[in-house]
Amino acid sequence: MRRYFARKLLIYGLTFVVAVTVNWMIPRFMPGDPVSAMVARARVSQPEAAEAMRTYYNNLFGFDEPLWQQYLHFWGALLQGDFGISIFVFPTPVGDVLLDALPYTLGLMIPAVLLSWFVGNWIGALSARRKVLDNTVLPAGYLLTAMPYMWIAVILAWALGAKAGWFPISGGYSLDIQPGWSADFALDALHHWVLPFLSLFLVALGGWAIGMRNMIIYELESDYSSYLAALGAPQRLIRRYAFRNAVLPQVTGLALQLGVLVAGALVTEIVFAYPGLGSLILAAIQNQDFFLLQGAFLFIVIGVLIANFLIDIVYVVVDPRTRTGMAGGTS
Amino acid sequence: MSTLPDPAPEAPSAETPVAKPGRESLHYAVRNPKLIIGVSLVAILLAVGVVGPMLLGNGNPNEYVGPQASAPDGTYWMGTTTFGQDVYAQFVHGLRATFLVGVVGGAIAAVIAMVVGFLAGYRGGITDEILNMLTNVVLVIPALAVLLIINAYMGVRSVAVQGLFIGLTSWPWAARAIRAQTFSLRTREFVDLARLSGSGTWRIVFREIAPNMSSYLFMMFILLFGGSILIASSLDFIGLGPTEGVSLGLMLQSAQQWSALQLGMWWWFVPPGAGITAIVGALYVANVGLDEVFNPKLRES
Repeated sequence: MRRYFARKLLIYGLTFVVAVTVNWMIPRFMPGDPVSAMVARARVSQPEAAEAMRTYYNNLFGFDEPLWQQYLHFWGALLQGDFGISIFVFPTPVGDVLLDALPYTLGLMIPAVLLSWFVGNWIGALSARRKVLDNTVLPAGYLLTAMPYMWIAVILAWALGAKAGWFPISGGYSLDIQPGWSADFALDALHHWVLPFLSLFLVALGGWAIGMRNMIIYELESDYSSYLAALGAPQRLIRRYAFRNAVLPQVTGLALQLGVLVAGALVTEIVFAYPGLGSLILAAIQNQDFFLLQGAFLFIVIGVLIANFLIDIVYVVVDPRTRTGMAGGTS
Repeated sequence: MSTLPDPAPEAPSAETPVAKPGRESLHYAVRNPKLIIGVSLVAILLAVGVVGPMLLGNGNPNEYVGPQASAPDGTYWMGTTTFGQDVYAQFVHGLRATFLVGVVGGAIAAVIAMVVGFLAGYRGGITDEILNMLTNVVLVIPALAVLLIINAYMGVRSVAVQGLFIGLTSWPWAARAIRAQTFSLRTREFVDLARLSGSGTWRIVFREIAPNMSSYLFMMFILLFGGSILIASSLDFIGLGPTEGVSLGLMLQSAQQWSALQLGMWWWFVPPGAGITAIVGALYVANVGLDEVFNPKLRES
């Protein structure tokens, strides 16, 4: 088990280093000159002002130092929690801007991901090898997984929001309410939360249901299931064993799908103008706020790494083979 | 993307009959409703994407041609946007861009996945350790987050370059699947025989190992293709799509940006999303059909 965790931590550590390096490299090695581009986009007419801006940006990125020094400084600033200053909400530090948005994204993603995983697995397990249920679950599942997250969000917002008027379709809370720890605010936020949650939940649900259904069928055809059946074990018992085995790849699958789920959450937030990281990223792109964008990238990577590690811990709990050092967690 | 069955315990190739596998597969392929439905739907959409723009005279789909914000009618089959752009013209051009990004992204990802997967699985040892580490690292970093940064710094973006970068970031799961498959094949007698007769690594991989998992590779490409389309549409939607032309994701983005939702202009945002869903869904369904064709265990009796 110690080797399992040591290996995982090594991979995550390496991933973090690679992510930070990529983050550092892209502005410096992309074709074109980001500083010129930023100065040009600011549309400064006086040459002196443009020159001043150029020096400012050069100093900000530290372009006048040798590369290895730039790289070390980048790490130094990062380890002190310094992500730079946001241009979009000048002069707030990028870290603060991101931390303000984080609760909304997490509050949306964590329930949606966990609930869709549990419900999806449950539906998938029920439908495996049951003709009638299978014939509805399977097509519905494929339809849902094939949908782009933002499209289902738009459709839900249109049908349940704009047409039916049941839910607000924009923002994380009403504008006439002050965010805080009051019951009014909680209810209002919940009201705004329903539609983004539902769209994330539905798309992810399809994939889990299909995955679980396929795994259960695979397990029901394995030797131990046939042996149990030959012994005359009740169908319920066989299914329970199949389920426990089939859940393991689904746990690994959750780790594999994290990137897709984060991407889904980002675009869903944009549809609903939900005040999380997604809307922030959109604003950063529209305002050419590269510091904010790069900070958001690192936040996402750190979040995904932490989630991966939590899933690894869960895997150790549900798969006894990893505890005894036998080949289990291959992910 | 997790719909590809976990290959670890048994290679589907092990069940493929040795005698004339091609003809038998074909026999089942033309009788598999899922495969037929999926392939026909993709083919129809592809045809619309290829022929549609030609029928419209290959004009710029972003031109302001018609009345503003009108619902679908006989002239403008899918209505017009707030600015009077023909939604149908945008849709057919968008289909073309969407297929292009799927092919480019899927093909590049498949090539990288095959090189990494075959090499790691066949060579083993230190090569495997290094490549496996690389795969795991790229696997954990969310592809869309990297693509956001790359595309944001790129001033001019094209569909092909978008596909290229999507391919460069979305190969890891496929490489892992190929590696696992190769592991199960490399100790088989015919591979040993090829090795004894002095064939090199790549010759063995492409003459002995790859043909035995060709069905698997093909299915993997389909999933990578669909995945590329979904990632590209997300990128487009965030505002980092191609700077020229139109794609289904860009249509959704402009519908969102100009409040088609609040104005109730459903004809603006329904077609592009339905197009993406139809392509990706049809690919998935065709993939299940293919799985049943190649793997006798899954065939419905």
